[in-house]
Amino acid sequence: MSWEVVIGLEIHVQLNTVSKLFSGSKLSTGAEPNTQASLVDLGMPGTLPVVNKEAVRKAALFGLAINADICRHSVFERKNYFYPDLPKGYQTTQLAEPIVGAGEVEIQLENGEKKTVRIHHAHLEEDAGKSLHEDFHGMTGIDLNRAGTPLIEVVTEPDMSNAEEAVAFARKLHAIVTSIGICDGDMSQGNMRFDVNVSIRKPGEPLGTRTETKNLNSFRFMERAIKLEVERQIDVLEDGGEIVQETRLYNGDTHTARSMRSKEDANDYRYFPCPDLLPVAITDADLEALKAAMPELPNARKARFMDDYQLSEYDADLLSGSIATATFFEGAAKAGGDAKLAANWVMGELAARLNAEDKDISDSPVSAEQLGQLIARLKDGTISSKIAKQVFEACWAGEGDPDTIIEAKGLKQMSDSGELEKIVDDIIANNAPQVEDYRNSDDAKKKKKIGFFVGQAMKATQGKANPQQLNQLLREKLQ
Amino acid sequence: MAIDSKVVAQVAHLARLKVDEADSAALSDRLNDILAMVDQLQQADVTDVAPMAHPLDVTQPLREDEVSEPNVRDKALDIAPAAEDGCFLVPRVIE
Amino acid sequence: MSNAMHNKTLTELKAGLAAGDFSSRELTEHFLARIQQHDSELNSFITVTAEQALSQADAADQAIAAGNTGLLTGLPIAHKDIFCTEGVRTSCGSKMLDSFIAPYTATVVEKMAAEGAVMLGKTNMDEFAMGSSNETSYYGPVKNPWDLERVPGGSSGGAAACLGARLAPGATGTDTGGSIRQPAALNNITGLKPTYGRVSRWGMIAFASSLDQAGPMAQSSEDCALMLQAMAGHDHRDSTSLNEKVDDYLGALNNDIRGLTIGIPEEFFPDTLDGAIADNSRDAIRELEKLGAKVVSVSLPSVKLSVPAYYVIAPAEASSNLSRFDGVRFGHRCDDPKDLEDLYKRSRSEGFGDEVKRRILVGAYALSAGYYDAYYRRAQQVRRLIRDDFARAFEKVDVLMGPTAPETAFKLGAKKDDPVSMYMADVFTIGVNLAGLPALSMPTGFINGLPTGTQIIGNYFREGQILNVAHKYQQATDWHKQAPVFGGEQ
Repeated sequence: MSWEVVIGLEIHVQLNTVSKLFSGSKLSTGAEPNTQASLVDLGMPGTLPVVNKEAVRKAALFGLAINADICRHSVFERKNYFYPDLPKGYQTTQLAEPIVGAGEVEIQLENGEKKTVRIHHAHLEEDAGKSLHEDFHGMTGIDLNRAGTPLIEVVTEPDMSNAEEAVAFARKLHAIVTSIGICDGDMSQGNMRFDVNVSIRKPGEPLGTRTETKNLNSFRFMERAIKLEVERQIDVLEDGGEIVQETRLYNGDTHTARSMRSKEDANDYRYFPCPDLLPVAITDADLEALKAAMPELPNARKARFMDDYQLSEYDADLLSGSIATATFFEGAAKAGGDAKLAANWVMGELAARLNAEDKDISDSPVSAEQLGQLIARLKDGTISSKIAKQVFEACWAGEGDPDTIIEAKGLKQMSDSGELEKIVDDIIANNAPQVEDYRNSDDAKKKKKIGFFVGQAMKATQGKANPQQLNQLLREKLQ
Repeated sequence: MAIDSKVVAQVAHLARLKVDEADSAALSDRLNDILAMVDQLQQADVTDVAPMAHPLDVTQPLREDEVSEPNVRDKALDIAPAAEDGCFLVPRVIE
Repeated sequence: MSNAMHNKTLTELKAGLAAGDFSSRELTEHFLARIQQHDSELNSFITVTAEQALSQADAADQAIAAGNTGLLTGLPIAHKDIFCTEGVRTSCGSKMLDSFIAPYTATVVEKMAAEGAVMLGKTNMDEFAMGSSNETSYYGPVKNPWDLERVPGGSSGGAAACLGARLAPGATGTDTGGSIRQPAALNNITGLKPTYGRVSRWGMIAFASSLDQAGPMAQSSEDCALMLQAMAGHDHRDSTSLNEKVDDYLGALNNDIRGLTIGIPEEFFPDTLDGAIADNSRDAIRELEKLGAKVVSVSLPSVKLSVPAYYVIAPAEASSNLSRFDGVRFGHRCDDPKDLEDLYKRSRSEGFGDEVKRRILVGAYALSAGYYDAYYRRAQQVRRLIRDDFARAFEKVDVLMGPTAPETAFKLGAKKDDPVSMYMADVFTIGVNLAGLPALSMPTGFINGLPTGTQIIGNYFREGQILNVAHKYQQATDWHKQAPVFGGEQ
């Protein structure tokens, strides 16, 4: 009998506020160490936290986006442990009364089926600082710029049964938090970090012992780490071993993982309500205001794409999957005046090119407006789809807008029927045997044999002949 | 709920305090005296009484999301026991 | 005349400055000289900031000359060494912070400075405010000016002793379980713990965050009113500081107290209480009856559990609050740590004294897995019962009164080896902290030459009423004017 895999996720989502959760320090990356760590963030004696209104608002907005109950009096607690990047000796987080209660997120699987992943809860908490191991001659340097950054930790139920589902969920969560504007979604900056809980069991048996692989910062690493851990657990159990409950660390470069038991010894976090903070109240009016201001969610966007642009469910799902892709698509569709063409280009040529160069759509060298212009020229017959690919490449290479490129390179399709007629006449005159052969063929063969003349004409026009017009002319002249 | 030297050692580790073997028994005695006094709490009838974390029934004031804190690195590093290149320095952390 | 300056109240000194009887510099020099002369015996100051004091005094004199004065312009004040003062060592009575030069200033200190106060220095205290005798200070015990072989009480023992000995006319204190009121009683001075949230905790090094509150200590209720007027108010940096209007404390001092109802909680006069202590407080209450107050008996049945509830809640919060003292960013770091664990454990064990370590251990234990419900949660439930008792009493009465402390100042070292007996020193004061209420201790007579105090507890934000009652009492009596024969002078 095969193994059943059970996966639950904990996702840290960094909120894109201007200042920190409990202090007025600036939030940003790349600053000199400890230049964005205030007296509060440094845990100076006598300092006190005050909660950032926007962080609360964003957490509640997330709750509404996943149909969760919003806790009307959520409580901050202290999680006590010693670590040098944790300046106060405790992390201020939420436990018994988190701001976001149970909710759900629907994902679409590759086979087209839908699945609901239940969210256990999501809570607000502060991030820790960073330990730097390089350049300190065997010592560790502590940079507290990140300490106090607002996070929501989203905790799922163990509802996913393979790595692909986990990734589909992670992508959907990414789409939600970026769509509602609470997170920048830049994985390379650690804006979203995943902890993966994996266990395996034989169908019908109780849940197996789980392990937690921490701090995965890309969809790809998450997928690989899950597969690796599932394989490891199968190997252990099939060899008669036992799974040890532990925290594991995955190394994406070497595609290996190891146990982090050293940090786990007898943790007892001694949670208790933070006496420096009071319950955070959220009123009916607050919730109404949030609902009124709720941006379009990925599912609604998908439905709209299907309605407004007549896209297939599959296409609509792909294009609405991230706010950046959706925005790009809609920009190109609007500028180009053809949603179907825009969809094909965004999912086809553009996606392939971005993928090949490992670029995010927000860093695309071809802008939505430029792609729209290209589509417009394709649609109005100025260029053929073959030429369009050439123009796209040039635009990608930074040679300018499609119109400029078409003009500069003389790529305009030959739509002047007089000029094309002359070329067709010349071809017919110079290829008498082929003309003879064509005329003697039956209709089925004619369809194939016309290709020779099309080829000749394209050669003569350097591909600029309008294919429909050319076919039409050839069929008439060869009659 | 008596505390013995073993419990003292566990709790001391949680609190990152060092307890010398020689002091452990005396410390356990003192802590047991305190806990015995604290155990009077068991007399109270607390059925249906909500715990009170805070003296006043008020809710958290919220701060506008603005940058209000200056860079205090120099002041902070001045009073740090060990610092280098803008960072606080500790013995190597093994993850 | 200058010899008598130190016997004057802040209110009298303020009038003297306004009248030009003396300058703030003269006043400040006078107190600095007294500190210099007598504090080696008392040990009430950890740090004296003479230079800074004189420059503040000069600035005050200019302000007075320009007619640009605040509530406290030119008046010398001593701050408890728990308040951060930028550029000045802020030790909290601990070796841990012996080298800690605070990088910022506490709101209380800032507000008083803004009203023109002159800071004389930082007063001695029990380490991290944990103690009732001032014997846990890293800087050595403070002596009681009424008997140098006795403790001044704690944790604001340095503040109370320097006031009692007239080395300063006003001082700040903090009160987590009685740390303003108990030493006030033991040194024959007046001290007020305001309602929780009335005075900002920003910059006040936390012991137990849900109980800590700063307040004024001085010779009289009137002086406390003057100081509180400057200290109180909302602070956006402290989430627990309340955005309630600050009353006119000075204006309310002379309100008529006829018809005032005083509740006498029977639990504050248990059979086991020293009869002389009970008598002094009963006499004080009778004095107020003469002024027109009514007296009724009330009961606060759960208050007997305040000490056990407190000794779970306060250590639990403290165990977490004191985690930041880890030898990484400030404070004491051990020599040559061999690894991170060693750094933490040795720095903390060397930096903290025994009582602090005991309380950290009790607190960590009470919060640890398996014990949370039996200790911490239950203590918080009992806390609500205690608050409800007070709330019921305040439906019937305006203020509650009883002895501040169950005994007069005890001998140094008498309770050193018995923490539980030491904890009982705060048996009458702790309930007020758990409930978050305001309360004042005022001098109400002596036993064998040692001062006793009586506590007046008010309803939330009724500091004005408490100060009013105490002021009326002090106008009718002169216990608060008694000063010890100290250093061979009166």
